[in-house]
Amino acid sequence: MKLPNYHAPRWDEPVVMELGRPGARGQLFPAPEQEIEVAEIPAAMQRKDRPELPEITEFEAQRHYLHLSQMTLGMMGISLFGTCTMKYNSKTAEAATLRPELAEVHPYQHPDTLQGVLEIIHDFDGILQNLSGMDQFVFQAGGGADAAYTMAALARAYWADRGELGQRTEMVTSIQAHPCNPATAAAAGFTVINLPLEENGYPSIEALKAAIGPKTALLMINNPDDMGIYNPEIKEWVRLAKEAGALCFYDHANFNGVMSKLSARELGFDACMFMLHKTFGAPKGGGGPAVGAFGCSDELAPYLPAPVVVKQGDTYRLDNDRPKSLGKIREFWGNVPQVVKAYAWARAMGAEGIAMASDISVVANNYMDKKLGEIAGIEISNPHIRKRRMEMTRWSLGPLAQETGIGTADFANRMADYGIDPWWMSHEPWIVAEPFTPEAGELWSKQDIDQWIGVVARIVQEARETPELVKSAPHNQAIAQVDGSVFEDPKAWAMTWRAWQRKRAGDAKARSGSA
Amino acid sequence: MTIEQRAHPWMALSAPGALQQMLDEIGVKDVAAVFEQIPADHFRKAPLDLPPALGSEMELKRDLVSKLRKNEDCETNLSFLGAGVWQHHVPAVVDEIVGRTEFATNVWGSYQSDHGRNQAWFEFSSQLGALLNLDVVQLPVYSWGCAIGHAIRMATRLTGRRKVLLPVLSDPERLSVIRTYCQPSEMESHIEVVPVAADPTSGRLSISDLKSKLGPDVAAVYFENPAYLGTIENGAAEIARLAREAGAETIVGVDPISLGVMMAPGDYGADIVTGPVQPLGVHMHCGGGVGGFIASRDEERYVREYNGFLVSIAPTAEPGQVGFGLAASHQNSYGSREHGKDWTGNSTYLWAIAGAVYMSLLGPQGFREVGTLILSRARYAARLLNEIPGVKAVWPETGFKEFVVNFDDTGKTVEAVNDALRARGIFGGKDISGEGHGLGQAALYCVTEVHSAADIRRLADAVKEICQ
Repeated sequence: MKLPNYHAPRWDEPVVMELGRPGARGQLFPAPEQEIEVAEIPAAMQRKDRPELPEITEFEAQRHYLHLSQMTLGMMGISLFGTCTMKYNSKTAEAATLRPELAEVHPYQHPDTLQGVLEIIHDFDGILQNLSGMDQFVFQAGGGADAAYTMAALARAYWADRGELGQRTEMVTSIQAHPCNPATAAAAGFTVINLPLEENGYPSIEALKAAIGPKTALLMINNPDDMGIYNPEIKEWVRLAKEAGALCFYDHANFNGVMSKLSARELGFDACMFMLHKTFGAPKGGGGPAVGAFGCSDELAPYLPAPVVVKQGDTYRLDNDRPKSLGKIREFWGNVPQVVKAYAWARAMGAEGIAMASDISVVANNYMDKKLGEIAGIEISNPHIRKRRMEMTRWSLGPLAQETGIGTADFANRMADYGIDPWWMSHEPWIVAEPFTPEAGELWSKQDIDQWIGVVARIVQEARETPELVKSAPHNQAIAQVDGSVFEDPKAWAMTWRAWQRKRAGDAKARSGSA
Repeated sequence: MTIEQRAHPWMALSAPGALQQMLDEIGVKDVAAVFEQIPADHFRKAPLDLPPALGSEMELKRDLVSKLRKNEDCETNLSFLGAGVWQHHVPAVVDEIVGRTEFATNVWGSYQSDHGRNQAWFEFSSQLGALLNLDVVQLPVYSWGCAIGHAIRMATRLTGRRKVLLPVLSDPERLSVIRTYCQPSEMESHIEVVPVAADPTSGRLSISDLKSKLGPDVAAVYFENPAYLGTIENGAAEIARLAREAGAETIVGVDPISLGVMMAPGDYGADIVTGPVQPLGVHMHCGGGVGGFIASRDEERYVREYNGFLVSIAPTAEPGQVGFGLAASHQNSYGSREHGKDWTGNSTYLWAIAGAVYMSLLGPQGFREVGTLILSRARYAARLLNEIPGVKAVWPETGFKEFVVNFDDTGKTVEAVNDALRARGIFGGKDISGEGHGLGQAALYCVTEVHSAADIRRLADAVKEICQ
């Protein structure tokens, strides 16, 4: 296969603090009008120093940040980045949300002036209710992890309302659950119980039975997991957990392969969350603004964070009168433009399109599994499990690493030299050696997937023939390999330009002192 | 599951025959075969019942725009709403840069392949650090309230104490988020939230009440500068000194757009600083423009307590070249799951890029100009409203961009005044009458650089007419 002869743009772009000249301006503001007296901050609070910001022209700012965007691959190659479901993000939806009718809207405006956005939120709530079987969704959580936190906070309100929060102190999950589940539950004040995986790829019913009881506040679980394994005993899990009184939360982060196929409510769950910046086609912005859409049953709805969008006759209202509400997870009602974009995705896909996307994502992953399986040196996780994986599969570079010394991080760095976004390795803990996790989703063509696999095969060959080339990668990027040794060194790390200047000056002084 | 004949523009494998070709390569006869892990009785029984698909871009656009047009916005109307989201000018270049698909898209990338984005993140922290006079700035968390919540939890870990003091005149919206972070009182690890009284003549924190509540069990004192109701905290250095004497951390919330004219919090003793990022080049987005930063001095004891992403500059394999990556990352929840510092995840990092562009456009002189303009126009607005019979600016000449207006002597409720203003194309200040601050029928007005003197006179004329 002919692979692209790629090289990233390389601008040698200085840090913005190094640009410009005294007195240069990128943005002017008018002086207060003549009738307005120029006011001053009280002397005790006045700023005396000049903040050390760059002084550049408007064009220089534009050019600098355009250069930085050009030195960002940002999925504009081929990205099969597992657990994040790479999708096309509609520019139609993006453009709609930038109109002043949304961008210049304040959440405290009178609801009469918010009917359009409330209608969209209400309609989208209906779409998610249909996809999940839940009775009410809210969008306040700023990401998937924040939706997990919403669940933990809701469980606190639920158990406090029953006078049992003092006893229900534990959250049960799998060691393979996304780190946000145990981390948010712990930050909410619960003790975390992680169930280990068994031979078949998921925790045993016996382990679950041993873990749940009168102390269990809630169960938080994803299915399928990031290995691509679906727990076929999940209905029994939910039954047992509810028998013990626990609330059951379905982390639907991996919804892409099962959308239109499963209903969280039919499986028995009390609540679930969807990642709108992932499964529902809203862009993620390199790490937010994102939305973790949180849905639950009527029984749990009184505890949801306020406000909730409701329809009364032909008008939409914000319901803030919710005495049992857990309070607020975050200010206002969520990242509204992302909700609008997710609504746009769902409308543009329709029920048939959503079903087809799920079909495609699982078929394409199985095609990838077949092709990757033909490359010597890489190995599927749990190789004894013969059933076909869901929309992503955890793989291991372990055999190749043993043979050549090339690990998954080296490999990822080298991928970018072919214009391919580095692969996702794995969340902690690494259960398989030198892991990587591809996910095709419904966006990419067979040619894209074939090229991606061609690059993997090429780098496997390089690992054997020219390991140093891979170890020292990347070679065709905007910069050479970053030396990560400073990141854990308090004397060397520098999170701002001023810290870096100070530490460099200190180094220079030390050098001149010893000379 | 049949294969549609008309391909969907967002799915390459929806082209006729494309999926079948893959099925043939895998060696299965139909799509159902790849779902073999799911037991038959798990598949949903209720059929999907979604609204009909909007089958073309034209139809999608029409649906979105026709719905959004039912909104009224703050460009067509004259708005004086603030309180957590504020109408500021967003330079066009900021919109261009945050709209770049390489930045807006989904991928995480690597330190090299996505170098430009990482540099932009570092430049956000660097420029904000210059405004704050602090050396460590974390990439923003979900919101200002969330930033305060994390900062309080940092302080409890640093001190081993479980009580936080904060102003009684706090924003109920942020306070509700803070209480969520501090956990219900039934829980062993609960953090007690204790309000400190306000000086009734100025709205500022009561130093005597603060002194009476400080003690060896206090982890942190939190205050805002300017405060929720707009007032500037002249005694900031004194508050920080008292907190330090009691062994507590001083956490401050600041408005970054004020920092061209207001003293940097790093200069009056703040230990941990939080604030909103939305004023730095992010549209209001109906509340979806919020994000919150956390900053501190570059001392290891603080750095080791951050929950999220700290972007550090670093050398590369090429002499003289720099790159960027995550410092102290093992302590976050990706690295340490339930043993991490609180938790992190997708946040509001696109707004860090907006902030980087915004701060580079303004520079030191731009921040001075915009600060002076906001301050002068807000004071002007308060004076004009104060001149209206029955209307009173509470704590006049003490604020930055927000101030409280009391309507008690007009005999009208804020709700009635705001309804009448809305009929005239004006969104009055946030109604704070029901917030329990004891300020009567009162509204929180926000005036920024976008409000001209003529806009302010239009407001004053309308209020005068309504309150006659």
